[in-house]
Order: sequence, then structure tokens, then C-alpha cells
Amino acid sequence: MTYEPVIGIETHVELTTESKMFCGCAVGFGAPPNTNVCPVCLGLPGALPVVNGRAVEFAMAIGLALNCSIAHQSVFSRKNYFYPDMPKNYQISQYDEPLCIGGYLDVQTGSETRRIGITRVHMEEDTGKSIHVGEGGRISAASHSLIDFNRAGVPLMEVVSEPDIRSAEEARAFVAELRGAVLRLGVSDAKLEEGSMRFDANVSLRPKGTEPFGTKVEVKNMNSLRSLQRALEHEIDRQAALLEAGDSVLQETRHWDEAAGTTLGMRSKEEAFDYRYFPEPDLVPVEVDDAWRDRVGEAIPELPAQARARYLEMGLDPTAAGLISRDVAFGAVFEDAVAAGGVSQTVANWLTGEVTALLRRSETPLASSPIDGAALAELSGMVDAGRLSASAAKDVLAGVVAGEGNPAEVARARDLVQVSDIAALEPIIDEVLAGNEEAVGKLRRGDDKVIGFLIGQVMRASGGKADPAVVRGIIKDRVS
Amino acid sequence: MTDLADLTVTGAAAGLRAGEFSSVDLLEAVHRRAAMTEANLHAYLSIDRDGAARAAVGADSAFKSNTDLGLLQGIPVALKDNMVTRGLETTCSSKILAGYLPPYDGTAVSRLREGGAVIFGKTNLDEFAMGSSTENSAYGPSRNPWDPERVPGGSSGGSAAAVAAGSALVGFGSDTGGSIRQPAALCGIVGMKPTYGLVSRYGLIAFASSLDQIGPLTRTVEDSVAALEVVGGYDPADSTSYPGDVPDYRAGLESGVAGLRVGVVSELNGEGIDPEVQAGVDQCIAGLEQAGASIVELSLPSIEYALSAYYLIAPAECSANLARFDGVRYGLRRRGETVEEMMSTTRADGFGPEVIRRILLGTYALSAGYYDAFYGQAQRVRTLIIQDFQAAYEQADVLVSPTSPTTAFQLGDRTQDPLSMYLSDVCTIPSNMSGDPAISVPIGLDGAGLPIGFQVMAPALGEPLMFRVAAEVERQAGFEARATHATSEVVT
Amino acid sequence: MAYYYHCRLMPVDIDIGKVARLARLALSEDELNRYRQQCEVVLEHAARVQALPTDGVTGTSHPLPRTNAFRDDIVTECLDREEVLAQAPERDGDYFLVPRILDEQ
Repeated sequence: MTYEPVIGIETHVELTTESKMFCGCAVGFGAPPNTNVCPVCLGLPGALPVVNGRAVEFAMAIGLALNCSIAHQSVFSRKNYFYPDMPKNYQISQYDEPLCIGGYLDVQTGSETRRIGITRVHMEEDTGKSIHVGEGGRISAASHSLIDFNRAGVPLMEVVSEPDIRSAEEARAFVAELRGAVLRLGVSDAKLEEGSMRFDANVSLRPKGTEPFGTKVEVKNMNSLRSLQRALEHEIDRQAALLEAGDSVLQETRHWDEAAGTTLGMRSKEEAFDYRYFPEPDLVPVEVDDAWRDRVGEAIPELPAQARARYLEMGLDPTAAGLISRDVAFGAVFEDAVAAGGVSQTVANWLTGEVTALLRRSETPLASSPIDGAALAELSGMVDAGRLSASAAKDVLAGVVAGEGNPAEVARARDLVQVSDIAALEPIIDEVLAGNEEAVGKLRRGDDKVIGFLIGQVMRASGGKADPAVVRGIIKDRVS
Repeated sequence: MTDLADLTVTGAAAGLRAGEFSSVDLLEAVHRRAAMTEANLHAYLSIDRDGAARAAVGADSAFKSNTDLGLLQGIPVALKDNMVTRGLETTCSSKILAGYLPPYDGTAVSRLREGGAVIFGKTNLDEFAMGSSTENSAYGPSRNPWDPERVPGGSSGGSAAAVAAGSALVGFGSDTGGSIRQPAALCGIVGMKPTYGLVSRYGLIAFASSLDQIGPLTRTVEDSVAALEVVGGYDPADSTSYPGDVPDYRAGLESGVAGLRVGVVSELNGEGIDPEVQAGVDQCIAGLEQAGASIVELSLPSIEYALSAYYLIAPAECSANLARFDGVRYGLRRRGETVEEMMSTTRADGFGPEVIRRILLGTYALSAGYYDAFYGQAQRVRTLIIQDFQAAYEQADVLVSPTSPTTAFQLGDRTQDPLSMYLSDVCTIPSNMSGDPAISVPIGLDGAGLPIGFQVMAPALGEPLMFRVAAEVERQAGFEARATHATSEVVT
Repeated sequence: MAYYYHCRLMPVDIDIGKVARLARLALSEDELNRYRQQCEVVLEHAARVQALPTDGVTGTSHPLPRTNAFRDDIVTECLDREEVLAQAPERDGDYFLVPRILDEQ
């Protein structure tokens, strides 16, 4: 039987506010342990939370970017469970009245675009961090744990998708798209390796063509896009094998083990799921009127999906449109180059090809490299006008990246401008023709293939600067 | 000359300003009194000798340089030990917080310090403010200054006993279901619970967050006003703090009650109230009528359900509020192989039976499948109670009742029957449910020589009206009796 | 108020062991039994709230209606680490130390 995966993803994003969700402690990665703590985020007796207004705006911006509606009133609740790195032993989170409800995100895989529903976006607080001591840091074998509460209370936003995702690849694309949106909004640094963006997936299978959902398994502990895709591929295969063998899938939480390449079931107790939510009496409801919502909405920049759609309209192929729309700096350079007269697809090819390769080699981000829209437009213009050969253009680009000047300056300084002046080329060509009588003879007898050989000889004699098109014309004149 | 320890705040403030005595003198008098009474009453869990001495010297030097920080400047103050004090042991009368030294001051405490108050010590309470007799203290019960065989009420029993006995001029407590008013009534002093949100809860160790409110225990209504003026007012650190300006509490103190409508709540008077208590209350109501108030009999049907709703809401909130006491960051820790075992043994050993009972109750009331029938329904009943109060305040300016159904009861009388203890708060709980202010004023003694308290309730932010009626009650009652054990020698 | 003792009671049956585990309270069988009985008595009375019709009534979480109590996103001073860790029952250097954690949430 063919099974269809049904996947929903919950993504946690740490917001890059200055201070924590409910207190004035600084938010930041890498502070010495237990230094960014105060009575509130340490859960000291008597301390009370106060909502960071900017965190609300950040979460609202994400909700709006994901086409959600913003609740007129939303409420914080207490989610009760004991865990040693959670200071109050309840997490303040939004439960039945979240800030943002019912949106979507358009996700591109290959050349296909699918719309993935967003159930909700809500605000909550992060926990501290436990370091498990002994036996290689594995929780199950640790002798004890050390706790750092710096992260406790950092604003978190949870984005819950509808179970609309149908493949591991699409799950990966969804998270990548969401990450791009979050980065574009500037509300999180969304670093997967540092855990400022984390995701869990709910996976079930159903026979293709049927409606009812199968038993879902929650997969945790993926910390890169690649591991997300691998974990889901593995989990889909695992469930398919179970179903094929006539077994049933157990509803459980499974941990992705990156090294082993498998998911492992986690021990869990029945009552661990009784969170006893109730409205947080220490906080008052968040009320968002239309004016506030609109003010936040107006400040939202163009998002990757919107940019991609626009680039497609500008004539870019889907791959280039996808690549350029994903990165703010690439988008800006691309648009500047087109505005400066560059041909969109040509500029895009440069950006996604040679520019990307060069930057990767020099480990320079585009934004801090000397390459800008004007330079790129100039470079592609020189190629189109025949003033630079394709290979010379790569050298010029390297010169621009190295800070040697704009493309024209570099081409001149490196002596790479193509010679298309007939008077300058004729002596060289005549010399080459005189030295290759056999080839010239073949050409005269109608064997066109040898012309490439002759052009190559001219190029070599000219030190690569001859314009091949001009050379071809002159040779044809001479021989006919 | 009167012993300085017997002065009112208002009287002492005048004496300090007139240079009749110093804050250091006042502090010495209170120390002398505490030395006489503490062995008997056990009002205090700790007395901060050094801190109080420094504060008194500081207050005196401020007076000398003509700096007036307000009416509590130089006045010895007792704080219920659920108010967080930096570097000063704060236990909530619980083993689980034995030796805990908070690294910060609560807002009310900061305001007292800024106002030049002399924090004399931390007073006993029912563990985590759960109780009505101060018998649920891990450090032993407090006793009533009128009769040490009897309870001082609770949970702010330590502060009430201290103020009644003269080992503080003013005390602060917290009131979740009557924990200021009921002990004030049982100890023959004035205790008031402000409108929810008027005094910041920041630094008050939470019992039930939507019900808790800090308030003063004093010897007079005017002192109550003076104390509230210092600690009240908006605090951005408490999201439930009332953000507007505080009302002028003093405005009507001398105005009398002529023309006011005084509502007598039928559900809180009569049946179930000790006849002597009711007689005292009735006499007082008659006095208000004579003074020109019109008396309105009215009914708030839903407050019959207030106690039931309270015993769902308060335990539910407490079950979450007390989850943080887990042996990880502060307080008691018992050994355990795993973190779960460590937490579970720490909590079972660290909390007393009443606290455990309420945590279990609250955990159950919130758990899956029961939430809507218990906690959810209690919250809806709370709405109905609020609506009933609003309707009542259409007909009356203030509402009155006994504060406590009985006068002080014997130690041990109600400890075996939680429900009978819970009934001590039947008259006070409704105001916590509605969030409205209420005050208890002593009006006389029963046949056994024990004080009776009269409760005046007012709508939210109706403190001026509440104080105005309370002041009239106080004038008419002319209650000047002194607790017998305030000045007598230690009985052992 | 006397009818608190007379009213019709609704029997309540508590799985006290589960509740105690949820609340992280290690209680003996005897204690569990005692608490179960006491809680059931209180809950039977508390369950009276169910007798009051509340159709269409919104619950009250806050006695004083207020919304949008926000803080500016400004960093304020943190606590001194030594003062904080001095209260820890057990520490290891700059960390709080706890026994091993069996299951992950």
C-alpha cells in the first residue's frame, strides 16, 4: 500500500528583544551562567511577571506575516509541570486564547508551491538549561545535572502549523521559509545550532487517498534543517514498515538521535500530560485594537514568499527566485542591479552562481562585500556588450570582491577588456591563418568545425582579450 | 505617662514631631513590651534588632534635619512573614523556607523603608497564609493577647497579636479570605483589606494571586489610613496593580454617616453567627441609624456559594504558586536519587498538613476532566458574586456584617475539622471574591471578655466611604479596652 | 450559612495517588488515605457551586478589570550571582546542582 505522510510542525522561536518576556534581565547567548537572573525569572517567592510589550509586537508581526488574524483579546495561562530548569514549575504560556490565529505560509519545493496552514502563533517563556554531568552528557546516564537559569524567561513564540505538510522535504522547506520570514522581520536570530529556533514535528501516515488521520508520533530533538528532513524520512519509513507488517503505531514522543540516524521512544508517564492549564492570575489580558494591529502590520517588510512571487513575475526561473528571495542582502543587490539596467535573469545567474561561490570562498557576507547592484549591473553589461569574455568577467568579479575597484577599473587594471577593434585584430588573425594552412584548407572545403580551433589560436595569441565574435567574423571574411 | 508602646501611630507621629521622644525611645518601649509578651504570645518569628536600631537612628536623624518621610517615619512596624525582606529571614511559617534570605525587598516593604518605618520583626502566620488561627505554623502557634488559651485568628495572627499587645504600633498582613480582618476582630484591633490592586503584591509570597491583598492592622481607623497611605498606590512591577491615582482616604473621616445608606447583608447576619456577636453588631447598626444613616436589609444570594467557590479557586491558584518550592534554588532540600524523588520528598517534608491538603485540592480541581466542573464553575460563580455586590451597591453605599461568626476560639478547637475552620471566614471571603475593600473595627467585648469585630464593606476603590463609616463605628463603640496580656507579666 | 452542614452533598472520588504524584508530594499510604478523606469532605461542599446555574456567565480570573499592563523592553539590573547561589541547597561552582533527571519533559 502507498502511505501518505501527514505532518504538522511546532516551531519555537526565541525573540531578540533586549530584555526577557516578563522581567528586565538581558536576553543574550553566552553570558556567564546564572548572571542574567532576577527574582522574576528565578521564580523567587513573591516575584511577579510583567509582559514585555515589544515581545507582543514581535509575535504580532510574525502572526501578521503568516497571514493570521490577531485576537482582540488574548490571555496568558499557567502550564503546570515540574521540571528543575523551569523556575516556577509552571510555564507562562498562551493556551485557549492565543495572540494570533488561523494563517498560512506558502512553501516552495522544487518548482511547486503549496499553502501550509498556520493554526496559531502564541507567546510563552523559555526554560533554563540543564547540563547533564557524567556519561557523555546523556540525560539517561547522568549522575546529576547543573542548571543555568540565564535562558529562563527569554521570550518564545510558538508557531503551530496545520497538519498540511506531506513530505519530509516539504517540512524542511516549511521551516526554511518560516526561518526566512522571521529573519526578514528581524524578530529573532533564528539560529538553529544555538537553539534560538527549535522545532518538533507530529507525524502520522494514512493510506494515500484516504481522509482520516493515523496515530501521530511527536518527533523531537532535530537541530538543523538537514536533521529535520532525515528524522522525518526515517520516521515515515519506520511507521510505513510497522503498518506494512500489520502492526499499529504507538502514540508517543520520539527523540531523533542524529548520530545513530534513528528515532527513539521516550519514557513518559501518563500524568505528565495533565498540564492543568488555568488563566495566569498575575497577568492581565492583552488587548489589541485595529489601530495597534495596523501599526505593526505597516512596519512589516516584504517577506521572502512575496519577494519570490515578484521575482517570478520579473522573469526569473523558480530556483533563482527562491535563492534570491531567501536572503535580504541578495534581494537588495539583485533589485539594485536591475534598477541600474541589469537584465534580471543574467544578474540573478551571476548572484546565485559566481558571486555566491566567491563569497563562500572568501567567507564574506554579501552585505559587507564591495559587490553592490551597480557593480553587478556594470559587469553583466560589459559581458553583454562584448567587452568582457565570460572567463574574464569572473576575474573581474574576483577583483571587485578583493576591493580593487568597480568592474571597469578592474578590467582595465587587469588588462582584461576584450579587443574587438578590427584593425588591432587583423594582424594577429593573419598570422594565425598563415601558420595553419591545413585548417584553413579544411575550412575552405566547407568543414566549419575547424573554425573553433582557429578562433582558439587567435584567442591564445591575443592573450585572451580578443572578442571571439569579432574574430569569427574576420576569419570568415578572409577565408571565403 | 502612657507607655510609648501603647501609642497609636497617629499619636506617636505627633510626639516624634514635637520632640517629646525619639524613634529610638519608641523602639526601646516596643522591645520592652515584646520582652514581656513574646514568651506568652509568640507573635514574632524573628526580631531584627540591628536593622530596627539602624532604622530608628536613621529616622531620628532625618527628623533632626527636618526631613519628613511620612507618618510611619520612626514607627516600629511588624511584618507578616510572607512579605519578602532583603537579607532578613522570610519563612512563611514553613519549614520549606527555613533560613531563606531573600535577595530583594517587596514593593510594600520598600515603601515602608523609604517612608522611614522601623521594621521591628517578622510575625507568625498560618503556613503560607493558609488558615484562620495561626496554629498552622511550623514554628508553633501564636496566642491571643486577650486570652493566651485562645487563638489570635489568622492567618495574620502574629501581626494582630503584636499590635494588640503593643509589641508593634502597626502591623501588616495579607488577606486572601479574611486573613487580616478576622485576626483583627479576634484581637480587638482594626484590620483592613484594600481594594484588590491598591497595594502591590510584588514581594508578597503568593497564596492565591487573584485574592491576596496586603493591608494594615492598627489600633485605630485613622492609623489604618496612615498605613495604607504609605504602602498603597500603583506599582508597575505588579500587572494587577491599580494604575490610577489612589483616593483620598481621609476625606470623610470626620463626616459621620448622616445620609448614607448602610446595607445589612442577610446572608452574613443572623443564622450561624454567635448570638453575642450578632447582638453587638446589631447594636452598632442601630447606632449608625441613630447617627443618620438609613439601614437597608438586602440579600446577595450568590454569596451563599462564596465559601465553596473560594475553596476551589484559592487551592487551585495555591497549587501552582507553591510549585516553585522544589528544593532546587532555595529553601529545604531532602535527598533523592532522582530529581523527581528529591522534589517529592522535599515538598512532602517541607509543607505542613494544611498546605498539603490545599495543594492536593487545587491540583485535583484543575486536573483534566474536573477543571470545568470545579475551577471553571467556581470562576463563573465568582462573576455572579461580583454581580450581586454590584446590585447591592445600587441600594446601599456600604455593606455591614460581623467580621467573624465567633470571637476567639480555643487553641486546638478546630484543627481536627478543616471545614469548621474554613467557616471562620464565611463573612470575609465574599470581599476577596469581589476584590472590594473591607475593614474590621472592634466594637466591644463578649461575655467572656473577648473582642467582637464589625465589618464594613465598600465597592472597589470605595475606601474613603469605608473609612468614613468605620470611623463612625469606632467613635460610637468607644472601644478602649486593652488586651489583658498586653501589659501583664508573662504567664507560663 | 449553617446549611453548609445540611446541604445535599455530591460525592467526590479522588485518585489521590495520581494527584499527589502530579503535585510532587511523596506521601505514605496512610497519609494518602487521610488526605483523600479530608479532601473529599471539602470537595463535596465545594461542589455545591455546581448547583448554581451559570449558563452564559463568563468566569472571573481578575477581580479588577485591567488589560495591557506592559513593560518597556529595557534591560534592568540583575541579581548578584553569589547572593542568589548562596540560597541554593546544593551548587557546583556557578550552577545549581540537582540529582539526575530521569525523564525529559
